[in-house]
Amino acid sequence: MMLKAEDLNVYYGPIHAVKGVSFEVREGEIVTLIGANGAGKSTTLKTLSGLMRSRGGKIEFMDKSIASTAPHKIVELGLAQVPEGRRIFTRMTVEENLDMGAFIKKNANVEADKERVFEQFPRLKERRKQIAGTLSGGEQQMLAMGRALMSDPKLLMLDEPSMGLAPILVEQVFDIISELHKAGTTILLVEQNAEMALSIADRAYVMETGRITLSGTGKELAASEEVQKAYLGG
Amino acid sequence: MKFLAYLVSGISLGSIYAIIALGYTMVYGIAKMLNFAHGDVIMVGGYISYIAASNLGLPPLISVLLAMAVCTVLGITIEALAYRPLRSAPKLAVLITAIGVSYFLQNSALLIFGANPKAYSPVVSGTLQLFGGQLSVSYVSLLTVACCIVIMVGLTLFTGRTRMGKAMRACSEDKGAAQLMGINVNRTISLTFAIGSALAAVAGALLCSFSPTLMPTTGSMPGIKAFTAAVFGGIGSIPGAFLGGILLGVIESLAKAYISTQLSNSIVFAVLIVILLVRPAGLLGKHTQEKV
Ligand SMILES: Nc1ncnc2c1ncn2[C@@H]1O[C@H](COP(=O)(O)OP(=O)(O)O)[C@@H](O)[C@H]1O
Ligand SMILES: [Mg+2]
Repeated sequence: MMLKAEDLNVYYGPIHAVKGVSFEVREGEIVTLIGANGAGKSTTLKTLSGLMRSRGGKIEFMDKSIASTAPHKIVELGLAQVPEGRRIFTRMTVEENLDMGAFIKKNANVEADKERVFEQFPRLKERRKQIAGTLSGGEQQMLAMGRALMSDPKLLMLDEPSMGLAPILVEQVFDIISELHKAGTTILLVEQNAEMALSIADRAYVMETGRITLSGTGKELAASEEVQKAYLGG
Repeated sequence: MKFLAYLVSGISLGSIYAIIALGYTMVYGIAKMLNFAHGDVIMVGGYISYIAASNLGLPPLISVLLAMAVCTVLGITIEALAYRPLRSAPKLAVLITAIGVSYFLQNSALLIFGANPKAYSPVVSGTLQLFGGQLSVSYVSLLTVACCIVIMVGLTLFTGRTRMGKAMRACSEDKGAAQLMGINVNRTISLTFAIGSALAAVAGALLCSFSPTLMPTTGSMPGIKAFTAAVFGGIGSIPGAFLGGILLGVIESLAKAYISTQLSNSIVFAVLIVILLVRPAGLLGKHTQEKV
C-alpha cells in the first residue's frame, strides 16, 4: 500500500472540517477525491502533508506512520503536493522556483531534473529567467506541477490543478497528469471538475461535508446516479 | 568642506544603522515579527567585545569574532525560547514578548555589568587627513562604511545565489508552500536570527568605537533608529534597509549641523512620515498579502 489514511478528524478551532475520513492509494494508481466546495478535500491533503494534524486516526505512507512527521520530512519520504491556488513563489524566477522544488536534494546537481521538467513544460524553459508572478495562470499551474516534480515524488497529490483555467488548458493539465502516471508516478487528484477527474481515475472517492460518502472505480462512479445528479449535471 | 565632513559622518553613522536595520528587516521578512530585542543584542555584543579586549586582552578582531559567536547563540536561543512557542499566536502577543525580551536583556546587563558606563576602546584608532588636512576622516568611519558594504553585498549574494538563501526568500513569501518543498521553516528562521544577531555584534563594536560609553541601554536608541531606517527603506527589503540606514544617518547628521541638535531626531521622524505618506510600503518595499 502506498498511502493509507484511517479515521482522520481535522478541526479549524471549533469547526470539524474532516470527519472520520479513511481511504487508500495503491502503488501505480490515479485516485481522485471529488466533492463540492467546502467538502474538506484541501484540508485532507494538508493533513497528509503534515501542515495540519488529525486528532487520532492513522496515516501510513509506504508502510511508515507519518501522522506526526514534520512536513519537510514527509516531502523527503517522497510525498509531494501541488497545493490549491498553485502557491508558486511569485517574487522568484521560474528557475528559482524549480530549485526550491529540488530543495531536498541538498547540493546534488539538479540540471538534469530541470531539463526533464523543461521537456514536459517547454513554456517554462522559454521563461526560465522570468519572475514567476508575471506568468499567466496556465503557466503558473505548469510551474507548480514542475516544481513538485523536481523532488522525484513517489506519490504526487494535486489540489484542483484545473481551477480557473480555460478549457483548453484544463485538457492540457489532465494530459500531463496522465503522462506522469504512465511514467510511473502514483497520483492522488483532488478535483471539482468531476467529469474529467473520473475519466482518468482508476478509483475515486466522493466527499461531502467532511465525510466520504461514495467510493468505487472511476467508471462506476461516473455511471452512478448520485454522482450524475450531484456532480455531472445529469 | 564642512558640508563634506558632515556628509561623511552621516554616511558612517548611517552605515551602522544600516547594519542593524539589515537584522531587523531580515527577521521581519521571514518571521513577520518586529524583534524589538534586536537593539539589546547590539549592547550584548558591545559588552562581550569590551570584556574580550579590555579584561582578557584579546586583539580587536578576535574580540569582535567572539562577540559575534556569543550573539549568534543568543539570537538562536531567544528565537527558540521566546518566539517559536508563539509562532501562531496573535501579532500583539509576539510584540509584547519582544519588548519583554528587550527589558530582560537590559536588566541582565545591569545586574552583571552594573550601571556605570564602560569606556570602550575603539577597534581601530587614528584619522586620515584629506585635502591638506581640511577634511579628516577617522579610520573607524572608513571601517564602518567598508563593513556595511561587505555585509550588504554578502547578504545579497547569499539570498540570491545559495540554496539556504533562496529558502529564506521562499519562507518569507509563503511558509506553507516552503514546507511543501521540504524546507524546514524553523531551521530557516533560526538561521535568520543567527545572521541578524551576528551582524548586531558587529554593529555593537562599531557603535561603541564611535561613542565609547557602553551602558545597558546603549542599544535602545540606535535600535529604534535602525528600525525606522528599515521602515524607511521598506521593511523586509535588504537593499531597502541599506538605503534607509544611510539616508537616516545623513539626514540626522545634516539636521544636527544646519538646523538644530535638539530637533534632529524630530526631523528624522518627520521625513519618515512624509516618505510613508507618499510611499506607504517604504522606498523599496512591496505591498504583499500574507498567505495561510
Ligand atoms: N483556514 C480555515 N479556517 C477556518 N475554517 C476553514 C479554513 N479552511 C477551511 N475551512 C473550512 O473547512 C471546511 C473544509 O474546507 P476545505 O478543506 O478547504 O474544502 P474543499 O477543499 O473541499 O473546498 C470548510 O467548511 C471551510 O469553510
Ligand atoms: Mg479546496
